[in-house]
Amino acid sequence: MAAEIDRTELQAQVARGAQLIEVLPAEEYAEDHLPGARSLPLRDIDRDTTSSIDRSRPVIVYCWDSA
Amino acid sequence: MAPRAAARLTTLGFGDVREYTAGKLDWLAAGLPTEGENSSRPRAGDVCRKDVATARLNEVRAPAAADTVVVDGNRVVLGLLRQGQESMTEGPSTFRPYVSIREMADYMKEHDLESAPITTSDGKLVGLLYRDDAVREADGCPDCVRKMI
Repeated sequence: MAAEIDRTELQAQVARGAQLIEVLPAEEYAEDHLPGARSLPLRDIDRDTTSSIDRSRPVIVYCWDSA
Repeated sequence: MAPRAAARLTTLGFGDVREYTAGKLDWLAAGLPTEGENSSRPRAGDVCRKDVATARLNEVRAPAAADTVVVDGNRVVLGLLRQGQESMTEGPSTFRPYVSIREMADYMKEHDLESAPITTSDGKLVGLLYRDDAVREADGCPDCVRKMI
């Protein structure tokens, strides 16, 4: 189970080098995404698409809301 | 969706995965900047008129000389008294500042709303959005994939 964080904690962790990943469809990412986030839609997550993500640093995932 | 994504990343060997549970909606609601196509397009909070007249409940004089948003001491919207109206519309539909102007224009046309208060998520008045302003500003803006209303 991934640790749940709020907006304040997200900002602090990004400042310390955490990687932001939006898992919504790419069309929604194209409209609006958090500064510095990269797009990795949920259904595309596999070994190949994650090969360029740094495993030594924390990763923060988000979607639209908690649903 | 985020919990499933986090679980998949963990399965793929990522040791430190966290989840911003409240998500992009929470970020937008806080008025924080975003990147992407919408970031350069007007939103409800940009187009609404911030100089709209306001009045406390005990100050309301009808008929109103101008559109007046009725607010409490914390600027929380209680009602809307349109110009010339004798009685206030209580609890009007309000919208958040981050909604794209294209979606606002479409919604206001569909629901025949002449104007609508734009408020923060805790109900405080940002300004009054007029349909004519929304429609004019939305001209040329494409429809949005993500609906925010």
